[in-house]
Formats: sequence, structure tokens, C-alpha cells
Amino acid sequence: MSELLQDYLPLVIFIAIAMGLGLALLVAPFLVAYKSPDPEKLSAYECGFNAFDDARMKFDVRFYLVAILFIIFDLEVAFLFPWAIVYGHLGVYGFWSMMVFLGVLTIGFIYEWKKGALEWD
Amino acid sequence: MTFAELWTGYLWPLIVIVAESLLLLVLLLVSIAYVLLADRKIWAAVQMRRGPNVVGPFGLLQSFADLLKFVLKANKGVFLLAPLVTCTLALGAWAVIPVNAGWMIADINVGVLYIFAISSLMVYGIIMAGWASNSKYAFLSAVRSAAQMVSYEVSIGFVIICVLLCAGSLKLSVIVAAQDTRFGMFGWYWLPLLPMFVVFYVSALAETNRPPFDLVEAESELVAGFMVEYGSSPYMMFMLGEYVAIATMCAMGTILFLGGWLPPFQVAPFTWVPGVIWFVLKALFMFFLFAMAKAVVPRYRYDQLMRLGWKVFLPLSLAMVVIVAAVLQFGGLAPKG
Repeated sequence: MSELLQDYLPLVIFIAIAMGLGLALLVAPFLVAYKSPDPEKLSAYECGFNAFDDARMKFDVRFYLVAILFIIFDLEVAFLFPWAIVYGHLGVYGFWSMMVFLGVLTIGFIYEWKKGALEWD
Repeated sequence: MTFAELWTGYLWPLIVIVAESLLLLVLLLVSIAYVLLADRKIWAAVQMRRGPNVVGPFGLLQSFADLLKFVLKANKGVFLLAPLVTCTLALGAWAVIPVNAGWMIADINVGVLYIFAISSLMVYGIIMAGWASNSKYAFLSAVRSAAQMVSYEVSIGFVIICVLLCAGSLKLSVIVAAQDTRFGMFGWYWLPLLPMFVVFYVSALAETNRPPFDLVEAESELVAGFMVEYGSSPYMMFMLGEYVAIATMCAMGTILFLGGWLPPFQVAPFTWVPGVIWFVLKALFMFFLFAMAKAVVPRYRYDQLMRLGWKVFLPLSLAMVVIVAAVLQFGGLAPKG
């Protein structure tokens, strides 16, 4: 087997087996469980009344903001990964160039902090 | 190609891989059954209760009785892809976890990235469940949960960067080997990177929606969170996924900070014990910390949770990346791997 296959085929097989196990668990109650369907059982859960409207309502924009901030910082982490791996070979130049990059992002972070993007009240 | 070549080149390795995978999955799931029981028992012990003690001696068969009951319950049939995604991804992460030197399904050279990616994808199961359930509780919970998980993933990312700077590889087995110094257990990364270990532990609690950060399923306001509409085995799969994710986080903590399968000191009585025992002991220790946090710490408020993630952990871990990099660079300690 080629090296790539040797490394990643076990991964694929493992995930496939895990998924098969999950599917078996999902299907099992359809086959063995005793069923007595009832509209009250099947309706969405509410505290003592029928649902007024669709549950997929508007939600706070700050959740959206958090998602955007996450993308910025997760990308930053993604940039740091290769840098961290070869760090021993990069020397002082590699250190300072990453510090400049982190500095720029930190300025952005301070800006959004001061703008109140991180406030939840 | 002759049959002999086909056999030695492809078929036999395939059989070995399948057998290894099945073995790991079975052991993992049985361990999870007992981890779940341990969680309930520890919680009960802290509150001076007995916990589950009816099914089997000391309640040892409780989790299996639960399994049977879940499977025998009628299924409501809401969107079933969500529990499948959660469960498969949670189990899939274990393919790269080394429990002993050379004992893993796939020793890929991007192991850390793989686990990081899998734990990011876990958000999808929750969002799908919350959206498909058509229940306000489930929806609110899913939105909250997604925001919470991505917030703490950033800090976990920076923590992992700190470890990578010290170890110089993405391979989990190399990260463990890099902690094998003459200082024994004091050379493992928990001590040199102590603040990062604490950040990792707390972020792992938040990432797996464990108490005190279980706002997702805060009973008093969101009943059971994103899984309120699920019952029967789909519900169990969410629960299984959650506990497997906790086990993954414990294993990650063990590998990144507690020296994986290494004995505390490389001297006689400790080296007699097989590495896998050390690994399991350390992972169980991590889990015990998780269980104790559930028992003794009151639940956080949502704004406190987000403030902790973005205003404390993010700046702290970012600063630590800079400090660790500077110390390694100017102390001449950076690995030349």
C-alpha cells in the first residue's frame, strides 16, 4: 500500500465502522420498540399550551457577531499551526514576523473590545 | 498481481485495521458506560447520596440497562441525521488517539489538526438538532451552544499552539515523546505550561457543555436543551456523543499536558506498569476533575461565560503564545525536529 493510503485508510475505515454502529442504534428502535403514536406525544414540547408560531424565530445579532469573531481568530490559529511546527528552524526573523502579524490582530481585538462587541448585558 | 501479493499487500492489512477498529470501539463504548456510571456515582457521593445501586452489584450494569430501555422506547422520528453526525464525529476522533507507544488506529502526521477539526464539526450536530426540532427551547439552546463552543475553541486553539511550539510536531505520538525528559512528571507540559493547562481544562468543560458551563441544557430555563425533542436511541446517541467527546478531551489533556503513556518517573517500579495503564489512569484523573467540577461549582450565567471566554482566556492564551515563543527563541530551547 502507498504511504498515503497506509496513513489515512485506517481513519476512513474507523469512521465508517463508527457510522455503521450509529446507524444500527438509530434503526433499532424502529424495529423492536412498541409504538403507540399520539398527537400529544408527537407535537413539539411546550409548557402547557400549543405552540403559537414557528419556533425558528429571530435571534440576537450578537450570536452572529460571535461567529464572525470566531472566524477571524480561528484563521489566526490556522496560520499559527505551520509556524509553530517549523519554529525551531525559523530563528529570530520568524519570531518577529509572527509578532507583527499577531500585533495587527491584537489592535483589531482591542478595537472590537472598545466598541463593545464583546459585551453581553 | 497474484493472490499472495493481494493478500499480504491489501487484504491482511485491511482485516487488521477492521479488527483494531472494532476492538477500540468496543473498549471505548464499554469504558464510556462506566465513565457515565462513575460520573453519576461521584456526583451522588459529593451530595451524600448513593447514586445508581440497583441494577447489578453497586449499580455496575446501570448503563447497559439504560441502553436497553432507550432502544425499546418508541422513536419520535425528528431529524435523525443530527444524532448520527454527533455520535460518528465523537467516535471518529478516537482513531488518532495513541493510548500507548504505537497503539493507535491511524498515526497520521496531522493528528492534532484532525482532532481540532472534528471537535469544530461537532457544532453541526447541535445546530441541526436545534433547527430540525421546531421547538423554541431546542432552537435557543442550539444557538447558545454554537456560540459557546466556538468561543472556547479559539482559546483551545491557542493552548494547542503553545504545546506545538514546545513539541515541534502535529503528531500526537511525537508530542508525548517530547515530554519524555529526565525530570519525569515535572517535565510534562502541565508544569512548564501551567496557565495553559488551566485554560485547557476550563475550555474543555465549556467545549463539551459540561457543568458549570451547561447553559445549553439548563433545566430551569431550556428543559433539556437542543435534545428536548429527541427520545429513544437518538437521544442516547447525543448523550453518547457528549460523553465520548468528554473522554476525547480527557485523552487530549493527557497527551498534551500529562505525558500520555509515560510513567511518572523512568525508574524501576513505575516502568514495570504498561504504558496503556498510565494513559488510562491519567485520563481517568482528568475525568475525575470534570466530575468534581460538575458537583461543586454552580452554573455560570451566559454573559459571564462569554466574558470569561473572550475577555480573559483569549487575551491570556494569546499572551502565552507570545511568551512561550519568546522564551523558546531567546532561551535557545526551540525544537529543531
